[in-house]
Amino acid sequence: MAGGIANASESAGIYKGRAGLLILPSWLVIGFFLLLPVGMMLIYSFLTKEFRGGVIWEFSLAAYDQFFFNRGLFGDEPPQIEWTYINIFWRSLWQAGLATLFCLIIGFPTAWFIATRVPRHRTVWLLLITIPYWVNLLIRTVSMKFLIRDTGPMNEFLIWLGAIGEPLQLVNTNIAVQLGLFYSYLPFMVLPIYASAERYNFALSEAAADLYAGRWTTLRLIILPAVKPGIIAGSILVFVPSLGAFLAPDLLGGAKTFMIGSLIEEQFKGNAGNWPFGAAASIILLSIVMTVLIFYARSQTRREAR
Amino acid sequence: MKQLLKYSVAAIALTGFSSTAQAEGKLSIYHWFEYIPQELLDKFAKEYDVEVTMDTYDSNEAMLAALKAGKMGSYDVAVPGDYMVEIMAGEGLLDTFEPGELSNFSNIQPQWLDVSFDPGRKSSIPYQWGSTSFSVNRDKFKGDINTTSILFDPPAELSGKINVLDTQGELLTMASIHMGIPQCSSDREQLKGLNKLVQDAKTHWASFGSDTAKDVLVSGDAHVGMIWSGFSAKARNEGANIEYAYPKEGYIVWMDNVVLLKDAPNRENALKFMNFLLEPENAAAVTNYAQYTAGVAGTEPFLDEAVKNSPESNPPSGPVGHFVQACPQDVQVLYDAIWTNLKK
Repeated sequence: MAGGIANASESAGIYKGRAGLLILPSWLVIGFFLLLPVGMMLIYSFLTKEFRGGVIWEFSLAAYDQFFFNRGLFGDEPPQIEWTYINIFWRSLWQAGLATLFCLIIGFPTAWFIATRVPRHRTVWLLLITIPYWVNLLIRTVSMKFLIRDTGPMNEFLIWLGAIGEPLQLVNTNIAVQLGLFYSYLPFMVLPIYASAERYNFALSEAAADLYAGRWTTLRLIILPAVKPGIIAGSILVFVPSLGAFLAPDLLGGAKTFMIGSLIEEQFKGNAGNWPFGAAASIILLSIVMTVLIFYARSQTRREAR
Repeated sequence: MKQLLKYSVAAIALTGFSSTAQAEGKLSIYHWFEYIPQELLDKFAKEYDVEVTMDTYDSNEAMLAALKAGKMGSYDVAVPGDYMVEIMAGEGLLDTFEPGELSNFSNIQPQWLDVSFDPGRKSSIPYQWGSTSFSVNRDKFKGDINTTSILFDPPAELSGKINVLDTQGELLTMASIHMGIPQCSSDREQLKGLNKLVQDAKTHWASFGSDTAKDVLVSGDAHVGMIWSGFSAKARNEGANIEYAYPKEGYIVWMDNVVLLKDAPNRENALKFMNFLLEPENAAAVTNYAQYTAGVAGTEPFLDEAVKNSPESNPPSGPVGHFVQACPQDVQVLYDAIWTNLKK
């Protein structure tokens, strides 16, 4: 991390003068695809909502007020802390965190297994991991619903086995949402960890064994630090999209409760049509994710400096 | 960070990408999902040598939102429900035409000609009309189903097996009908009651879903499903042993209409298409497919017997059907709040 930042400032020196134009494309990309959309979001979140979608170009804090304060159904009670949206955020953070954990628990051994095969087999294993993901996410999510529904193959198989008498009610529960998130984003965990594990020097494990380190000690002190960048990259890649997911909650969770993603979607596509509020919710979400990542980057820099 | 990025690229390469081929479209339709047979579109394309493209939506509100978010000018026609025609006209999203521009204008049934949401039919023509109520799986429940209590205060054996439409207008109107309060009420006690009613009822509901409303009944995931009449008939035809309810408290009736959008890129073809849909044979083709009822005279000879006599298309006399009303802004925000409250 620290190395990356240092490199960036050094390389900036190389491109002084006219050669500096060479980095123009990067700035255009960052400008158009990052700064402009986020800037628009920020501006829209401070505008006045237009009835049934759209904005009026007048400054307003109504969106943030709605997020944090509850003035009752009719808007005339003394303001109290609004827990509705905090709860929605909390629920989403919790679901995304859990999905990340499950992906890690399954993804790490999987990646390790692939990385320890002979090189020509690794490609095959990687291909097998990615094949299901050639199918559109929507189709995969619907298929998952077919598998786990009351009259679906999984329940019928379990009943046939005699393991259960009544079908397990999985569809429209948080467990189904969790299953959907886990399945959607698993390869985002496997691939980065694999990329780290592949370059791991196995002589280190042997050296650890020579020094009387047990298996757990080797895993904890040697292997995990070595593949840590992969684990962190994988966790971010699973956590962030899970946080904004709305397909799994809608299709597998029955759309009964909002997640961050569906709450924001509703503001633009649904009945409420409240663009400033949708933009404000997005900005708040962005801030939370940014804060977490910055904290991580800071602690990492400090550790490496030590 | 560099390292992070490198790993990310590998994973991002996985994400699917889809491309929509933007054809040299000569008629661009924005329509409900599963509401027009492909053969009919092909027929129009062939007859008038027009290239037809269609996008779909699953609620009036989603359609309005998409149009307001910058899709105006990319579609020629859309198919909003009654109250939404009024809203769209109020928002200035509709173009007008003269009856003389449609040679089949006189085919419109008289009762659908001078409608409150578009007096004199200046921007719209009837597409199909039907009702919104709910259907019950008759293998699972044998009792009386013709009461809105099935949705809002269900018997124990149906609790947790109910799907409701994920559309604010219809769900809250149905709840108002159940309570016997007027639509767009701003009475505090009534709205508090409405809020409490849907909150309590939600504990009995398994899911919210509109485009899935048919599938959950066919698959048996839901034993009760709030649903549109024709969609219920389709579910029945697909093997679900369900009965469509006409609750004694009342139910919702609606009419979907083809509207001419403002800034339509192909206004001429849009009018040709609207005229085409007023042809009895073509209106009947939609009815045979979607299982609702056309607002066009003379469709009788072209209708399938099963559709003509289906219980979903022939409401009994007695229970009253209500159109959904478009509320004024200061009242609508209250209903929006109840809805957000419901799904929080």
